Amino acid sequence: MTVNGVRRGGSVEPRRTLADFLRDDLELTGTHVGCEHGVCGSCTVIVDGRTVRSCLMLAVQAAGREVTTIEGVASGGGLGPLQQALQDSHGFQCGFCTPGFVMQATAFLRTHPDAREPEVREALSGNICRCTGYQGIIDGVLLAVQRSQH
Amino acid sequence: MKLPQFAYEAPATVAEAVDLLADYQDEANVLAGGQSLVPLLALRLARPAVLIDINGLDELAGVSVTDDRVVIGAMTREYMAEESATVSAAVPLLAAALPLIGHEAIRSRGTIGGSLAHADPAAELPAVARALEAEFVVRSRSGERVIPAADWFEGYLSTSRRPDEILVEVWFPVAGPDSGAAFQEVSRRHGDFAMVGLAVSLTLADGAISDARLAFSGIADVPVRAAEAEALLVGEEPSAELFAAAARRATAAIEPPADLHGSSEYRQKVAAVLVRRGLRAAADNVYERQ
Repeated sequence: MTVNGVRRGGSVEPRRTLADFLRDDLELTGTHVGCEHGVCGSCTVIVDGRTVRSCLMLAVQAAGREVTTIEGVASGGGLGPLQQALQDSHGFQCGFCTPGFVMQATAFLRTHPDAREPEVREALSGNICRCTGYQGIIDGVLLAVQRSQH
Repeated sequence: MKLPQFAYEAPATVAEAVDLLADYQDEANVLAGGQSLVPLLALRLARPAVLIDINGLDELAGVSVTDDRVVIGAMTREYMAEESATVSAAVPLLAAALPLIGHEAIRSRGTIGGSLAHADPAAELPAVARALEAEFVVRSRSGERVIPAADWFEGYLSTSRRPDEILVEVWFPVAGPDSGAAFQEVSRRHGDFAMVGLAVSLTLADGAISDARLAFSGIADVPVRAAEAEALLVGEEPSAELFAAAARRATAAIEPPADLHGSSEYRQKVAAVLVRRGLRAAADNVYERQ
């Protein structure tokens, strides 16, 4: 598979989830594993352009696919525009859910570059944050939309 | 939790999948999109000896249409059906229900056939299939058979598919020009399983209702048609009074399950509200589609 533009491979048990493969085999620990049964959204990654929950996909099913994780969102070690807008809006506290939110919002903004608040709320409804009450996260995504239009 | 151990098979053709099912029978689970089965594995509620992964069966993915039916391959992802112009034009009830399934990341992987074979009574697609009297095509070594929706759902997470059969496609009738549809549900958060859901399809002829379909999700161990309310609607002209009467008729005898999100009585009241809203929305949709 290709992960963040780099060809990666490995030999794993079929029961290994993509989330565990990314974290434990490829040591890309930015993808967080929360509930491990598809409820919390923390492990969201992008596979072939669409968001998936990497705890609900087997690593073997990602063979030949193009995977983007939180490590691949920005280049050069800095923050991408969405990440910067989220930081400026105090979008996160403990940060556990952050990678999942960033991946979901990244994919969403690609197809909805001029999204408004109700659409953003619906798009992020599958990700759970136990700290913020969500307002800062929504504000951050909307700020990224606003900045991209100037 | 981590998934339990299983033997893994990834057939390249439906024929291979059918052979594997014939060999393993109920020792095997079929893995479609994995949005229900993988959680069941993680929670150890499913412990198959063998997992037959059919994600490589491209022949089972796709939407096609004949004169009177839309054929949806079992491995058609929910987002694909959601984006299908054929589905939105010809099966408006399905088109209305699809965006309500889980979240975007779920619909990226989840499949039409997987949801209907999993047969969660709280899910949207089983209610849609019951309302539209969809038909299920299953294949085994001994050939194919077609099962009507009324016979497909047998109980909680249970269908009439035999262990050696694989669901290959689902047929939905093409909606006529004078029909309209709506899917209504109340859930605590967008994308959650609804406390109660309702699939509605109405057909009008000369200003009166000529066909009415109401199917609830989340009120029993299978999706439930409201046959008495349907009979009450047919032959009448749409009106708020008629829809209120249909809501009373549809919900008089139901006993939804209770949980911490709502009592049975509360869900019964929600169901009545959904019937009124759903009928109004479906009637409006008739005119929108004309």
